Amino acid sequence: MAKQFEKPKMVPVPSHSIVPERDLGKLPVLECQHLGIDFGGLTAVNEFNITVGPSEIAGLIGPNGAGKTTVFNLLTKVYQPTRGTILLNGKDTHGMSTAQVNQAGIARTFQNIRLFNNLSVEDNVKIGLHNQIRYPMWDGILRLPKYWKQEKLAHESALELLSIFGMQDLAGHQAGSLPYGAQRRLEIVRALATNPSLLLLDEPAAGMNPSETAELMENIVKIRDTFHIAIMLIEHDMSLVMGICEGICVLNFGQIIAKGTAEEIQANPKVIEAYLGSQKKGGAKK
Amino acid sequence: MSLLSNLVNGISLGSVYAIIALGYTMVYGIAKMLNFAHGDVIMVGAYICFFATQNFGLHPILGALLAMVVCTVLGITIERLAYKPLRQAPSLAVLITAIGMSYFLQNSALLLWKSDPKVFPTFFAFQDKATGEMKTGITLFDGGLTITYVAMFTVLMCVVIMVGLTLFTGKTKMGKAMRACSEDKAAAQLMGIDVNFTISMTFAIGSALAAIAGVLLCSSYQTLMPTTGSLPGIKAFTAAVFGGIGSIPGAFLGGILLGVIEIFAKAFNTQISDAVVFAVLIVVLLVKPTGLLGKTVREKV
Repeated sequence: MAKQFEKPKMVPVPSHSIVPERDLGKLPVLECQHLGIDFGGLTAVNEFNITVGPSEIAGLIGPNGAGKTTVFNLLTKVYQPTRGTILLNGKDTHGMSTAQVNQAGIARTFQNIRLFNNLSVEDNVKIGLHNQIRYPMWDGILRLPKYWKQEKLAHESALELLSIFGMQDLAGHQAGSLPYGAQRRLEIVRALATNPSLLLLDEPAAGMNPSETAELMENIVKIRDTFHIAIMLIEHDMSLVMGICEGICVLNFGQIIAKGTAEEIQANPKVIEAYLGSQKKGGAKK
Repeated sequence: MSLLSNLVNGISLGSVYAIIALGYTMVYGIAKMLNFAHGDVIMVGAYICFFATQNFGLHPILGALLAMVVCTVLGITIERLAYKPLRQAPSLAVLITAIGMSYFLQNSALLLWKSDPKVFPTFFAFQDKATGEMKTGITLFDGGLTITYVAMFTVLMCVVIMVGLTLFTGKTKMGKAMRACSEDKAAAQLMGIDVNFTISMTFAIGSALAAIAGVLLCSSYQTLMPTTGSLPGIKAFTAAVFGGIGSIPGAFLGGILLGVIEIFAKAFNTQISDAVVFAVLIVVLLVKPTGLLGKTVREKV
């Protein structure tokens, strides 16, 4: 699929970027200012300020229950934020619905895989392409030429996207019948099909063995380099996070306790205390 | 010969059930709710067609199209006003609302159009060129078997609609969005699909089908009252469950089978025909709880 990408404009970046030195002079893809949400009396996320630059791979880590998935749910408007603003490519997403946020450029995968299990692999990707395929409903019902042209394009795009992971031969299979690893990869392909500028991956390496994780790391970098999109990921596998994330943000009890590069995070005493618990620095899985 | 004649009548009646059942099954499959007002949308469609042709002298085809448009708008309105606010509510609340909506439509029709039965005109009568008589069907085997034009047209429409819907849900982008909503609404939303719009479209299609079913049903049976839609509605719901609710070919198969069983039971004994129909349903559900072509059992209702 011939994708057109707008070159980011040269705009100064606020000081709370994860990797300020990389992003200076570029319009950030994502900018969260004072983002927060309360559930009843409980503050799940508070003062969440980050900036993710174009083509940046950012990691969001933290102990269980720190609010990582809540942040993803806020970004995709599954939850409406109580406070703060989310700017996507400089545009305020306030008042947008989940579907509109997706159309504006955020796509995501899920911690527990949520494919459309009874549909084929190809149809799953085509559902991701929903807003890229353009023909009115009547053309679809009456099968006018526009329908055939657009559906052919969708078919080709779906196969092309599947080929990123070498999955084009699985196109006709039922999504629910795929092996676990393939389902995880299909979720990423489906998210990519929505043509995002920011891809959110919620624990992409969960349940994968070390060699699969290594392959996934390569693929994440490959996706970034091919599509020139920003990727933000939640992950517990430290080898993956430290290996490919250019900026890392550590969350604990809904608060950001540290931001920086892999080296800075690993050396940060607050992180060692909160995230790695009583273990010494050398005890981390790095 | 009466066997063949009953079979023809059964398939014709079954086709009407199948068209109604397709509406039930679409809405259930995508919105995961039982729209019990569906049967009464049929009645509204038939009334619109009746008044359009009798009072305003419109061509029957135009009358049917007008009925489809009115029912589509009615279906979307019902969904917006009565069901959409309950999207997050327990399924029982939606079910009760649907039953309430059914009675609301019935009683509104009673108020507007009174309770006296209207005689629905025969649209399917053509002049025989040789004899000059008006014929309503073709006669085979020296009068042993009559197949009415309306029966032929009903079966044809039913097959066309079934094939059309299968292609629509399987091959078009809107159809795929509908199936995505059917499986996981939240994930569909995150793929950029407007779930509310998709559900509205489902109601629109279901209601347009109800209008067609209403016109065809009344063309066959020719009496139209505010309660005309309610029993066929329940039987079509039975047909949808019989074939496996949520499945389009299932609704088709269930509808045809139910119609044939009903006509044969009627031929045997008029009084117990409905009892036989529901007895068959119970037996089928005991043997195969998901219905004939049903796949998974859903947790709601």
